[in-house]
Amino acid sequence: MSATHLQSSPFTVRRGSLAPVLLLAGSVVLYVGAALWTGETKMLDAEGVVGLLQRMVALGVVALGQTFVILAGSIDLSVANMISVAAVLASYIMQGRPDMVPPAVAAVLAISALVGLVNGALIARLQVNSLIATLGVGLILQGLLSASFTNFAGSVPPEFQLVAYSAFGGVPYSVAGLFALAALCAWLLRATRFGAHLYAVGGNAEGARLAGIRTDLILIGAHVICAVSAGLTGLYLASRLRSGAPWVGRDGVYDLESIAVVVIGGTLLAGGRGGVAGTLAGVLLFATLDAVFNMLGVSAYPQLVLRGAIVVLAVAAYTFRAKGHVA
Amino acid sequence: MRKMIMRLAVGAALASFAGAALAQNFDDPKEFQAAKDLLAMQPQGPADKPWEQNLGGKEVDTSKYKKSGPYRVCFSNAGVDNPWRVVGWTNMQAQVEVLKSDIKSFTVADAEGKDDKQISDINSFVSSGNCDILIVSPNTTAALTPAVEAACQKLPVVVFDRGVLTQCPVTFINPIGGYGWGIQTANFIVSKLPKGGKVLALRILPGVDVLETRWSAANRIFKENGVQVVGAEFTNGDNAKTKSIVEDYINRFGKIDAVWMDAGATAVAALEAFEDAGQPYPIITGEDQEDFLMKWKAKNLTAMAPTYPTYQWRTPIIAAVKILKGEPVIGPTWKLPQPVIMQTDLDKYVDDKMPPLHYAMCGCKDLPGYPQRWGGK
Amino acid sequence: MTLVLDQRRPASRALALARKVNVAVIVFLVLYLAIGLLQPTYFEPAGLMNFLRRAAPLAILSAGQLFVLASGGFDLSVGSLITLTVIGGSMLTANDPSRTWWAIAALYGVGLAVGLINGAVVAFLKTPSIIATLGTLLSVNGAAMMWSGGAPRGYLPDNFRMFGRLVLHDVPIVKIFPIAIAVLAVCGALAYWGFHGAVFGRRILAVGDNPRAAELSGVRVRSVRIGVFVISALAAVTAGIMLGGFGGVSVDVGLGLELQSIAACVVGGVQLMGGRGSVTGAIAGALTLFALFTLLTLLGLPQPLKETAQGLILIAAVALGAWRRRRAV
Repeated sequence: MSATHLQSSPFTVRRGSLAPVLLLAGSVVLYVGAALWTGETKMLDAEGVVGLLQRMVALGVVALGQTFVILAGSIDLSVANMISVAAVLASYIMQGRPDMVPPAVAAVLAISALVGLVNGALIARLQVNSLIATLGVGLILQGLLSASFTNFAGSVPPEFQLVAYSAFGGVPYSVAGLFALAALCAWLLRATRFGAHLYAVGGNAEGARLAGIRTDLILIGAHVICAVSAGLTGLYLASRLRSGAPWVGRDGVYDLESIAVVVIGGTLLAGGRGGVAGTLAGVLLFATLDAVFNMLGVSAYPQLVLRGAIVVLAVAAYTFRAKGHVA
Repeated sequence: MRKMIMRLAVGAALASFAGAALAQNFDDPKEFQAAKDLLAMQPQGPADKPWEQNLGGKEVDTSKYKKSGPYRVCFSNAGVDNPWRVVGWTNMQAQVEVLKSDIKSFTVADAEGKDDKQISDINSFVSSGNCDILIVSPNTTAALTPAVEAACQKLPVVVFDRGVLTQCPVTFINPIGGYGWGIQTANFIVSKLPKGGKVLALRILPGVDVLETRWSAANRIFKENGVQVVGAEFTNGDNAKTKSIVEDYINRFGKIDAVWMDAGATAVAALEAFEDAGQPYPIITGEDQEDFLMKWKAKNLTAMAPTYPTYQWRTPIIAAVKILKGEPVIGPTWKLPQPVIMQTDLDKYVDDKMPPLHYAMCGCKDLPGYPQRWGGK
Repeated sequence: MTLVLDQRRPASRALALARKVNVAVIVFLVLYLAIGLLQPTYFEPAGLMNFLRRAAPLAILSAGQLFVLASGGFDLSVGSLITLTVIGGSMLTANDPSRTWWAIAALYGVGLAVGLINGAVVAFLKTPSIIATLGTLLSVNGAAMMWSGGAPRGYLPDNFRMFGRLVLHDVPIVKIFPIAIAVLAVCGALAYWGFHGAVFGRRILAVGDNPRAAELSGVRVRSVRIGVFVISALAAVTAGIMLGGFGGVSVDVGLGLELQSIAACVVGGVQLMGGRGSVTGAIAGALTLFALFTLLTLLGLPQPLKETAQGLILIAAVALGAWRRRRAV
């Protein structure tokens, strides 16, 4: 999104589509290597791998949504706050009562869709820069939320906790859900007209408009999808944490991390190129880093330094051959 | 149209949240009384080792956990995101070194302040099979409860600092807590404040239970004694902001007689505001951080330092080894004493060789590597 | 606004600039008036001086951020660089006044290095600056914590703290004069010269407006990019020295300042994605933001609602700017 005049070269395209495979391979090598090196071979059995995949869920769901927004050439900084709103709202409405689960889920989906609509409208209609629009909406959401709730609010019933804590045949519902959602997103992007138009808008908004695409509607749609995915992450966190607190999204740094994994996954920050597979691979890399740092006993501060360097290098690995200018 | 969108958004958000504030009880008279009772209690255990003492605790049998050593200890840490946790974490590592003949390995996962990550960290520890015992310092109480419950099924668990909502850990170690802090500090201010004196309360954040209870207990005592609290402001623990707020209050009220704080990290910044305004120092309650103690001594303040002692980070390691040896420990709750630093024992704790953000009540002087390990000279 | 347009119609450019600057300045004056009505001490010279002293670090930071924004980039690393400066200052001086000057020199060296890295990653590796400086944000923060072991190891000596803390008393007219205001004046003048006086400033705007065209007209785009990140980093070190001076040692002093500085610039009429902005606007934006915080505190609004107000004002400022631009076209 902050790139201008990024020209396509066949080479970057190939590298871009290779990104998911390379990231996947890299993550596997890192994870297996660390497990063998430290002798923690139990991390390689089914339970260990499921634990690794479980680390992907919260970031993964919101990153799938962020992929749509970034593909459209926009960005969403409000997702972390949206996640907090969703988590608190869900557990506050449920108050531990199973019969309140459907209304709570419906309310979260409705509010998150509304937030996405506002984000999209600000950007597409009022032409507010997407960073500022979503930063501002995020601040507004967080302020209202923190003014109303100061701690964990309400609780979710045991039935709803099954979302995060239950499994079928060793595969947690939440992990299966993440991959199902990813498949749905891939289908939306690859097999629908909306998806094709999204790529067109991200690649060249003016060209898309001249070709008769309602670019504003596409942009709003992408933002609604992103906000709803943040709402889903909030629901998952409420289930996993048993309740929602107004800081769960911010503490998770889901805004910047979701952007980082999407871009690491090979989606152009300027929009128009990339996809779901890369994002999932980026999320896997982050989950692997968490697990590997634990296994190797890397302490918290060097972890920060390494993570920063890895983010830059992973993105640089396929941007550095780009022609033209990037700001 | 555009206005309508904005209005709709704000309206909907407001409607869904307004008045929804949940009345969480941070001002529980029963808890207040319980803390009062604990403060009056004589600690049991070795007098020179408060981290091994307890207040009215009972021993639990741990013979079923008995194993042959040396042991593999695992620790799921909420994070090291503030100086208090840094000092505590250093204490813990040094304590591991003391017991190194009993501890074969000490594996740590740092959750960086994320509940979701800490749950995964605990799950990995449990499934790794590389832990004989698990120590948890939970990031938040409610969120970590299911993970701790699951861990309890597989191995002995020790929890400290913030608690969990289950009795399944072998023991939960923590000091008296927020109500005790509020009682200790407010009583001091009440005893020193001139008649009609003005008190400014500085708080870090709303909503954090350990901080809310500090304030509720202090405020209760202020009200009981008719003390005039001219303001209670949130500083976010930020020095610059603290200083600005105090400057504004000095300007507005001319004179502030006492400053009450729910945490001492910004106490020196608050005092500097008085210096910069050319005002006499107020009565102040800070915390056991060295920068505050140094200032207190240098300027001969009317002050006290309550503590939330970092020596509580030593106790879980000691308890873990005892549990695996099958020796009884205090449980299922282990209340540690929560001493205060007063004028009379100030000299014992002031140490200009230690860094400014070091916590003096660390109980770490006998630990290996003191003082360099804690950044001292 | 393109360069061609500038040459053809300098008068309209000046008019547009003046109109734009006026908004931030006027909003600031209105807010300050409200503050003064609530708390009359702010109308006294000492009150104004104190206000400026507190706002000075953010103003300097915003003036640095302006260079990056005007070139079309973002610098998210400034907040953690401020933290590194304060922690590093305490580590290097260890309360020894004789070490202050070389410590400050070393800190500017660190800032220079961070700026060069940011600039080089963007210019040569073509990594978008949001991602590049996000990486630096994490790494610099981690480095600060690693260096200090999580807690700073020393105090800042008084001569280090003077830039943020020292106040001269019994000065004619204004009564008190904080050194911080002098630092702000010097930095502001330097920034003004660099942005509006020197050729460099016009090159930044050209690069921000259209890097391809700038390159074709002979601007060395990479040097400009590296230059703006260096300037922003040096401004961050300056702001760090002042904040450390004002408040003393702490570990999270820079938290969130990167977004505040961007917000200040936006309020001051600086256009994201480059091509438009002014030093007056950036500094007035910072003062406006700071006045807003002060006003909301004085009004006794609950802390969280201040965030809400900030969000609304940000969106309003940008929406207004976009609307005027569309109307102008």
